Amino acid sequence: MVTRALPTERPLEESTAKRIPRRAALRFLMGTIAGSVASLLYPILRYLVPPPESSLNANEALAGTVNELKPNSGKTFRFGNRPALLVRLTNGEYRSLSGVCTHLGCTVQYRPESTQIWCACHNGCYDVNGRNVSGPPPRALDNYEVQVRGQEIYVSRKRVA
Amino acid sequence: MDAAARVQTWIDERFNVGELLAPLREKTVPVHRYSQWYFLGGLTLFLFAVQLCSGVLLLLYYRPSASEAYESVQNITNHVQFGWLVRSLHSWSANLMVFCAFAHMFSVAFARAYRKPRELTWVTGMFLLFLVLGFGFSGYLLPWNTRAYFATKVGTEVAGQVPVVGHSMMVLLRGGEDVSGATLTRFFALHVAILPALAIGMVMLHLLLVQKFGTSVPVSVGNDWERNPHRRKEMKFFPNFFLRELIGWYIALGLLITLAAFFPWELGTKADPFSPAPPGIKPEWYFLAQFQTLKLIPAKVFHMDGEVLGILGFGLGGALWLGLPFIEALLGPRGARYVRVGAVFVLTYLAGMSVVGYMAR
Repeated sequence: MVTRALPTERPLEESTAKRIPRRAALRFLMGTIAGSVASLLYPILRYLVPPPESSLNANEALAGTVNELKPNSGKTFRFGNRPALLVRLTNGEYRSLSGVCTHLGCTVQYRPESTQIWCACHNGCYDVNGRNVSGPPPRALDNYEVQVRGQEIYVSRKRVA
Repeated sequence: MDAAARVQTWIDERFNVGELLAPLREKTVPVHRYSQWYFLGGLTLFLFAVQLCSGVLLLLYYRPSASEAYESVQNITNHVQFGWLVRSLHSWSANLMVFCAFAHMFSVAFARAYRKPRELTWVTGMFLLFLVLGFGFSGYLLPWNTRAYFATKVGTEVAGQVPVVGHSMMVLLRGGEDVSGATLTRFFALHVAILPALAIGMVMLHLLLVQKFGTSVPVSVGNDWERNPHRRKEMKFFPNFFLRELIGWYIALGLLITLAAFFPWELGTKADPFSPAPPGIKPEWYFLAQFQTLKLIPAKVFHMDGEVLGILGFGLGGALWLGLPFIEALLGPRGARYVRVGAVFVLTYLAGMSVVGYMAR
């Protein structure tokens, strides 16, 4: 079998001296293409991250009205984007706490029969001051400030001293 | 030549289907006293097909938004003709599929069918199991009822407890800081597009590997056959084993329709993000063991939050289980015995904790 150089093929020295080597050129092109395709990943990843919510950190909320709660009862109300708890103790005093269990985020409720705050999901218990007393919760519930203005009960976040 | 034969010839002249199907014709299935366990994989596949079909039907009426999802499922069950049946089939089939997938996994683990050269078949199977659990978790939220809402809250919070990346992972899953309508649309996309695409690809790969390596024979049976070659028995996959599988699938379909018709799936009450979790709330049975464990772990264990410890434990356990074939090889000659003890422990733990979780108030 006779092998013949193709007519377009040039001697090696000439082609490498004057031009960018073929391998380097291909590598450059492949890199550019891969890079440009990969750059599309950035907007996609950013797209997956949800935009920030506006009313997440509301500082005050209307929890209810004065006649709504009997002593030794509680209700859940909306505080910003999270549930919160308003409890009227047996002595008539009000307490307000975060409604989100510190264990795995279920919504807690006030139980009049035990005068405790209870989470139904994993059986966590808190006292009326929010202290975690039994079950899996690792931390206490956040306390809020309660203000009675006329007939309405307002709850606000406590200022950190 | 009749019409059917002509069509077949037309196709064969172009695609040579006979040659494509040749490997299937040569495929055999070993026959021995544990052979019935070979049906579980196929059964899981059949139920997956039922899920695809019933899922597509549900898509025709379901609306993925926090304000409409519950009402649309209510519409499916109450107004659409046989809607209750389709929804019930989808739920029952999902549960049976999870059960079959677990049974298949344990049968493979106890028969040590993951031995060389089938390590990657085990790994793809485990990925399929994770996908199935992902289907269960994401699909559970879609009716937007109270149980689903809190299950999702807890489940995504669990993801949030993972050190370092947990919080970003949770926000990514929820589409925000809290479980909301944004979570519902994300879970919907996962459940009907992303997971099915991944699962179909993974099923193909799993089947390809099963086809490539053939059916594994348990060690004891294999040894016996080597000593007594006359006892070796095999069955042709096609049509002999396949027809038996079809009978199994037909029975499964009958059972499924019976369950769906006589025990229709409940819808419960619509989720309200600002009301407390109802007493007696529990996840689906296949997450009960983890749920019960998280309930029992104390708040602090050696200065560490109990739930973080539990979640890390489950992650580690899952990773070890995924790497079972490699771990057995690393342990050397005693590996098989350790793995058997481990598998008995895992099965006992999961089953026991599930029962405790089920009985607990």
